[in-house]
Amino acid sequence: MAYKTIVEDNIDVLVAGAGLGGTGAAFEARYWGQDKKIVIAEKANIDRSGAVAQGLYAINCYMGTRFGENNPEDHVRYARIDLMGMVREDLLFDMARHVDSTVHNFEDWGLPIMRDKEKGSFLREGRWQIMIHGESYKPIVAEAAKKNADKVFNRICVTHLLMDEAKENRVAGAVGFNVRTGDFHVFKSKTVICGAGGASNIFKPRSVGEGAGRVWYAPWSSGSAYALMINAGAKMTQMENRIVLARFKDGYGPVGAYFLHLKTYTQNAYGEEYESKWFPELQKLVGKEYLDPEVSHLTHRPIPTCLRNHCIIHEVNAGRGPIHMVTMHSFQDPHLEEIGWHNFLGMTVGQAVLWAATDVDPKNENPELTTSEPYVMGSHATGCGAWCSGPEDISPPEYFWGYNRMTTIEGLFGAGDAVGGTPHAFSSGSFTEGRLAAKAACKYIDDGKAEGITVSEKQIFDRKEEVFKPLEHYKVHRNEIVAGTVNPNYHNPRQALDRLQKLMDEYGGGVTVNYMTNDKLLSIGLKKLKIMEEDLEKIAAQDLHELLRAWEVKHRHRASECVLQHTLFRKETRWPGYYYRGDAMKLDDENWHVLTVSRRDPKTGEYTMEKAPLYHLVDDDEVAAAE
Amino acid sequence: MPTFVYMTRCDGCGHCVDICPSDIMHIDKTYRRAYNIEPNMCWECYSCVKACPQNAIDVRGYADFAPLGHSVRVIRDEEKGVIAWRIKFRNGEKDLNLLAPITTKPWGSATPDLRKETAPTQEQRDSQQLYSEPKYIRMDDGDVHTLESNGLKMKVGVYY
Ligand SMILES: Cc1cc2nc3c(=O)[nH]c(=O)nc-3n(C[C@H](O)[C@H](O)[C@H](O)COP(=O)(O)OP(=O)(O)OC[C@H]3O[C@@H](n4cnc5c(N)ncnc54)[C@H](O)[C@@H]3O)c2cc1C
Ligand code: SF4
Ligand code: SF4
Repeated sequence: MAYKTIVEDNIDVLVAGAGLGGTGAAFEARYWGQDKKIVIAEKANIDRSGAVAQGLYAINCYMGTRFGENNPEDHVRYARIDLMGMVREDLLFDMARHVDSTVHNFEDWGLPIMRDKEKGSFLREGRWQIMIHGESYKPIVAEAAKKNADKVFNRICVTHLLMDEAKENRVAGAVGFNVRTGDFHVFKSKTVICGAGGASNIFKPRSVGEGAGRVWYAPWSSGSAYALMINAGAKMTQMENRIVLARFKDGYGPVGAYFLHLKTYTQNAYGEEYESKWFPELQKLVGKEYLDPEVSHLTHRPIPTCLRNHCIIHEVNAGRGPIHMVTMHSFQDPHLEEIGWHNFLGMTVGQAVLWAATDVDPKNENPELTTSEPYVMGSHATGCGAWCSGPEDISPPEYFWGYNRMTTIEGLFGAGDAVGGTPHAFSSGSFTEGRLAAKAACKYIDDGKAEGITVSEKQIFDRKEEVFKPLEHYKVHRNEIVAGTVNPNYHNPRQALDRLQKLMDEYGGGVTVNYMTNDKLLSIGLKKLKIMEEDLEKIAAQDLHELLRAWEVKHRHRASECVLQHTLFRKETRWPGYYYRGDAMKLDDENWHVLTVSRRDPKTGEYTMEKAPLYHLVDDDEVAAAE
Repeated sequence: MPTFVYMTRCDGCGHCVDICPSDIMHIDKTYRRAYNIEPNMCWECYSCVKACPQNAIDVRGYADFAPLGHSVRVIRDEEKGVIAWRIKFRNGEKDLNLLAPITTKPWGSATPDLRKETAPTQEQRDSQQLYSEPKYIRMDDGDVHTLESNGLKMKVGVYY
């Protein structure tokens, strides 16, 4: 192999993937480890990488304890009901009690946060969201990480974690390649904080052809956080908890500020309120604990997001689509109109492009909404990710093994999308989780837990061979055909991605089957993924860019497999509106008021599934809390 | 193609190549100018558009749903700390100009170097505090929340 091997040795904290979680980790690690070597390996350019690359117009997780607005336990109640009971309350409480300090730091660094002129507090969009001018959110947090890391390696696609050969189940760093130079990078590190983000594009998107990149979560979110950890043998949780989003049609423009701040609302094609019509039937499916409009009204307890999706899906299927967002009233106010547009320009420019292209002026016309394809992530409003230890002062024994946010692999920590069971962390919560993981990682090292890590030349050599195999495979087989992309010995990365998406869509409950699946479909899906895995060994990359895509699709494939395993294991429809198990339509609290945990054996590829206890640390007396 | 590059404006400086999170802005070997090599992996995130010193990159809405004839242009100025947008509708009836701040401090000046902070004490290390806490959490001198401080008790057993 022609590519150079570059070894970075003696790293204390390696941050793999520097989005919001990773930047938080690199920043905070410096404080607790002022003498430690902190290195970042990032697939893109840290200044504009990850889900926040184009900016955000709101920080979705802020307690406002300073202004007497909320306490951490309030947030736990909210996230718990939104996720139909299934959250790691220890992790959530822990994130929520620190998140305000993160946001106050952001403001200090220059992030423009809007103020409520009367109250002096941050301008709220809703109970948990505050409004920002966030076009430069990512460059600002990247500055903080760059200033505090020893080295930042941009354009490194991390492909594997390295494992320690002196002690079983302990991490020893990571490897990857530079997508520009092709150099093979070896990072030998005592700890790794995995922040490589969630997964878009594992289900077939609604957009097609040239527009296929128009997905809601960024197309570069390749599920690497999950694949890296699963391949290393980390336990995962809640991977069945994929999310479907209601968004403005085609552009995927966010609806949060529209609903909450601009006070818009939805109606069906005939101008009718449709949501409440579906509630009685839905209540039979999920039970009164989870859908009680009366209590919701009294206490402002939200109706779970997935259930609202359910209503949209069913109203459209009943022939009364499309669903419209009623913007015409609010947009008569020039100030609100401006906010509406800024909201897109700050985080989903594609929606502004679409409305300009189709002459949709929300002042004169109510735009269409639709439900998206499913996504897998653990920081937005779903809880997919690694099974991690919680903090020592909160976590019950089953949730605690010493170091906060450490996965079941020693020395391997998670942040943001990588951590399971902590939905509604969003950008600020992901950064906060990075901070928590960093402090714990430094402690882990200081406690002497990372002594004597060994990585053999063989491990490195084997990985290198594996990493560049798609280039080799292309070289060997391309001349068997005259030209073009059809070759009997390989698929290219795009062909593989199309195959994965079609499979996940049809068997895993994607958009073309109305989010419906069952045990038979899931079993077929898993079988097909297994065969696809053999073909992924023969994936061909004609250049370094395709090599990047090859590894992205391999990571997406692994994440997908875990999603199907979990969906098959949980024999109930816990989140109607995100997906339905046709063979187990009802939410079944008796058997499934539990967290699901999986582990893939790295040697055999076999999955072990188990149920883990769901502890509620916070009471559910919403009425008392509201008073 | 979501982004495209005007041939006459691009000078091949590579800023767009450096920034694109999707690794799809590349320099064409023949023309030595940039182009989008994989439009179906473009998010229209505008990172490259904002980074181009020649204003050579533009966006044409996705062919699967966006008709031709519109424009959304942007100028981002780090020195002044502002971003300016101009949105022109296809039918020419709407032409919006919008301006927003991107920072409140001179660029990059306010992010701290934590090597220079006083080293944390053992007590801080053993506590639940993070950097800048408890001060940054709330105005009073209240410390990090615990279950106890918030009057919460862990429930025994597993139930809802
Ligand atoms: C359209 C949209 C709107 C949103 N709106 C809001 C909002 O209004 N408010 C809010 O608070 N949150 C919002 N969010 C959510 C928020 O952006 C995420 O919760 C947060 O960014 C997740 O952080 P993360 O660090 O886990 O992942 P990311 O920020 O996505 O970071 C992952 C990083 O890992 C890198 N990476 C990936 N694979 C590899 C690899 N193999 N090797 C090396 N590096 C790799 C990526 O390049 C990236 O930098 C929104 C997200 C989207 C997409
Ligand atoms: S708009 Fe974003 S994804 Fe598209 S080419 Fe530019 S930087 Fe890359
Ligand atoms: S940044 Fe602009 S001028 Fe420079 S290479 Fe890209 S398109 Fe050309």
